[in-house]
Amino acid sequence: MSIKQLHHLLPGESAKIISFHTDLTLQSRLVEMGILPGVEIRLMKKGPFKGPIEIKVRGYEVALRYKDAMHINVS
Amino acid sequence: MDNNMPLIALMGNPNTGKTAIFNLLTGMNQKVSNYPGITVEQRRGNAQLKENCAVQIMDMPGTYSLTPESLDEKIVAQQTLKWLNGIDRPAAIISVVDAGNLSRNLYLTSQVMDLGIPVIIALNMMDRVMQKNQNIDGIKLQKMLGVQAVVPMSAREKWGIEELQTELLNVIKLENSEISSHLQIKIPKEIEKIINPISEFLNDKNNHGNYITNVQALRIITRKSALELYSECENLNGAEIKSLTLLRDNVAIEIDELGMNHRILEATLRFDMLDWALKDQNLIIQNEIKQISRSERVDKILTHKWVGPLIFIALLYGIFQSIFTWATIPMQYIDSGVGYLGNYCVQIFSPGILRDLLVEGIISGVGAILIFLPQILILMFFMTILEDTGYMARVAFMMDKLMNKIGLHGKSVLPLMSGYACAIPGIMATRTIDSWKERLITIIVLPLISCSARLPVYTLMIGAFIPNKPILGFLNLQGLTMVLMYFLGTVTAMVIAAIISRFIKEKGKSSFVMEMPPYRMPLAVSLFRQVYTRGKLFVINAGKIIMAISIVLWFLASFPKPESDEVTFSIQNSYAGKIGHAIEPLIAPLGFDWKIGVGLITSFAAREVMVSTLATLYNVEDEGDDFVGITEALKNEVNPLTGLPRYTPLVALSIMVFYVYAAQCMATFAIVKNETNSWKWPLIMIVYMTGLAYIGSLLVYQGGQFLGFV
Repeated sequence: MSIKQLHHLLPGESAKIISFHTDLTLQSRLVEMGILPGVEIRLMKKGPFKGPIEIKVRGYEVALRYKDAMHINVS
Repeated sequence: MDNNMPLIALMGNPNTGKTAIFNLLTGMNQKVSNYPGITVEQRRGNAQLKENCAVQIMDMPGTYSLTPESLDEKIVAQQTLKWLNGIDRPAAIISVVDAGNLSRNLYLTSQVMDLGIPVIIALNMMDRVMQKNQNIDGIKLQKMLGVQAVVPMSAREKWGIEELQTELLNVIKLENSEISSHLQIKIPKEIEKIINPISEFLNDKNNHGNYITNVQALRIITRKSALELYSECENLNGAEIKSLTLLRDNVAIEIDELGMNHRILEATLRFDMLDWALKDQNLIIQNEIKQISRSERVDKILTHKWVGPLIFIALLYGIFQSIFTWATIPMQYIDSGVGYLGNYCVQIFSPGILRDLLVEGIISGVGAILIFLPQILILMFFMTILEDTGYMARVAFMMDKLMNKIGLHGKSVLPLMSGYACAIPGIMATRTIDSWKERLITIIVLPLISCSARLPVYTLMIGAFIPNKPILGFLNLQGLTMVLMYFLGTVTAMVIAAIISRFIKEKGKSSFVMEMPPYRMPLAVSLFRQVYTRGKLFVINAGKIIMAISIVLWFLASFPKPESDEVTFSIQNSYAGKIGHAIEPLIAPLGFDWKIGVGLITSFAAREVMVSTLATLYNVEDEGDDFVGITEALKNEVNPLTGLPRYTPLVALSIMVFYVYAAQCMATFAIVKNETNSWKWPLIMIVYMTGLAYIGSLLVYQGGQFLGFV
C-alpha cells in the first residue's frame, strides 16, 4: 500500500501509522496515548473547514487538528 | 488529619472514573463528570476499611503518562518523583483502568508499577465491556503485570467496591511487603549503553536501583519538560543542570543516529512490551478499531458538519430561554413567601431598631437574593447534563477551529461554558489546556461570560422594565433581552480574545489532542447531587456575605439619625446616602442615581449583592411599616427634578450592560492571581473590564437618549 498522510484518508478508511513529523511536544503526547508507528487507526470523521479530524485507535476515539494530521504518514 | 493513616493514591488516565471511586471509598461528594480532566488538583479524604482500619485516599488528576505537559499532569509527575525519594510515599496505589480501553490505560499503570509501590488495578467500567458480551480475565491480567491485585468493578453501577476495599486491606497488612517482580520494559543492550552516562548521573544523585534509574533516564531523554521537572524536584544547581542537559542532548543525538526517535523511545519500548504481553495472554479485543460504537452513530448527527453547530446553538438558546420562563412560578412563590415573612415580622415584633434591622436589613436583603435560586438550579441542571453525557467534549471538537482563530483552544469551551455558572470553577478548569498562551487568554476573557451572579440583576431589571410581549409568535421580549445580555458578554469575550492574542507571546506550540468520551446517560443521583451542591453553595453565600453586607448597609442607610425629632429622617442624609451622592457625578452620565452607585460599590463583594442593596435601601427609605417589594419600589421611584419615573427601560438596559462587563467579583481576581502567579493579569483584567463597562453603559444611555428613547 502506498504511503499518504492521515488527512487524506476518507471517513471509514483504516490504515497503519508509519511515522510522524509533527511538532515535537505533540509527538510525545500522541505516543503516550498509544498512537505510535505500527498502530492501526480508522478515520471516523472530518470537521468542516479543515477543522479537527476524529480517529479511532485502540479502544477509544480521539480528535486531532487537521494541520497536525497532515504530518502523520499512514499506509 | 491523622498522619499515621496509611496513604492510598488513586491514579489513572483522564475520564476513567477515579473521582467516582474516590467518592465511593470516602463517602465524599466530589464532582464527577464525563469530560476528560475534570479533576485538576489533588484531593484527599478518609476511608474506613474493614477491621477498623482507616486510610487516607488521595485523588490525583488524570494523566496519560508520568511525563509532564499541561499543569494538571505536572502535578502528578511531580508527586511521583517525591514518592521515589520517600516523601509522602503512599502505602499502595490504586491504578484506575478503563476496562474498555485496556491497552492504552496500561501504559500509565506500567509506569506507575515501576515506582516500587504496591499497585492494585481497579478495572473500572466493566459494565460496558460486559454489555458488549466481552470479558477480561482479571487473574490472567494480574499475573501478566505482576501487580498485587486486579479488581473488576463498575463505579457507576456501584459493584466491586467491596472487593477493592478488601484488597486494599490485604496490601496494607503486608507490612514492608516485597514487591513481586513486575512486568518490566526490556531496554536493548545498545540503548542501555548509550543512556549509561545519564543513568550514572542520576545514580550519583539518588540510587533507586538500576532498572528505575534506566527508566528515568529514558524519560529525561524523551522531553525537555521531564528534565526540567527532575532538576526542580532534585534541587539541582545550575552547573548540574547544565551538565545533565549536555548529557541528554548528546544521548538524544546518538539514539537518533541508531535510526530511532529519542522522543518516542520510552513509549515505543513500553507499548511494545504491553501489546506483546496482551496478545500473548489473549487479552486483546480483536478488530477493536473496526467496531462502530453507539457514540459514533450518535455523533453522525450531533457533530455533523452543518447540523452539529446548529444543534449546539439551539441548545444554548433553549437553556437560557428556559432559565427565564421555567423559573417564573417558583420565583413568585419565594417572592410572596419572603413578603409574607417580612410582614409577619412587622406584626409580631414591636417597632424599634431591632425590628427595622430584621425586616429592612436582613429579610429584604437575603430574601431579594433567594428568589433567584430556581434560576440558578435550572442553569446548573442543564450544564451538568451537557457535561455528564459527554456532549461538552464534542463541543470542544466542533469549536476548536473557530476558537483557534481567535487565540483560544477547543478545550477553552468547557471553562467558558462553566463561566455561565461561575467564573471561578471555569478558571480552575483551564488547567487542562496545554498551551500557556491559550490558557491565559481563556482566563482573561472568562469573567466576561455572564455568571449566575449577574442573573439576579438581569432578572430584576428585565422583570421591572422590559414589557412581557411576544415577538415573532414564539419568542418573548423578556426572554430575548436575557439571551441578548448573555450573547453580549460571550461575543465581547471572543472579540477581546482575538485582540489580546496578538499581544501575548506564545510559550510553546499549541495542539489539540482530545479524547472523545463515549456518550453516557447521566445518572439521576449524581445530577441532582451536583445541582443540590451548587444550590447549597448559593444559599450559604446568601446567608453569609449577603447577610453581612445587608446588615452593614442597613446601618449605613439608617444612621446618623437626626438630632432633633422635628426633622424627619431622610435616607439622603445617611452615611450610605452621602457615599452614593459622592460618586453620583461620576455615574450620572450612565443614567445611574446614587442608590445604584451604592449598589455598584457593594457589588465588589459579589454581583448579586446589587439586588439586596437596592432592597435594603428601599425598605429603609420607606416610611410605612410594611415590607416593600423591590420590583414595585423601582417602578415607583420618581426623579424629584423632573417628576418622571427615575428608572426607564433605557436606564435598566444601561445597568445591565454595566453588569455584563464590570469587574466586580473580588473572588474571581484572587483566583486569577493564584492561577497566573502574579498580580499583573488580574490588574489588567480589572482595568479593561471597568473601562468596557463604563464605555458600554455610556454608549447605551447617551446613545439611547440621543435617539429619543427615555
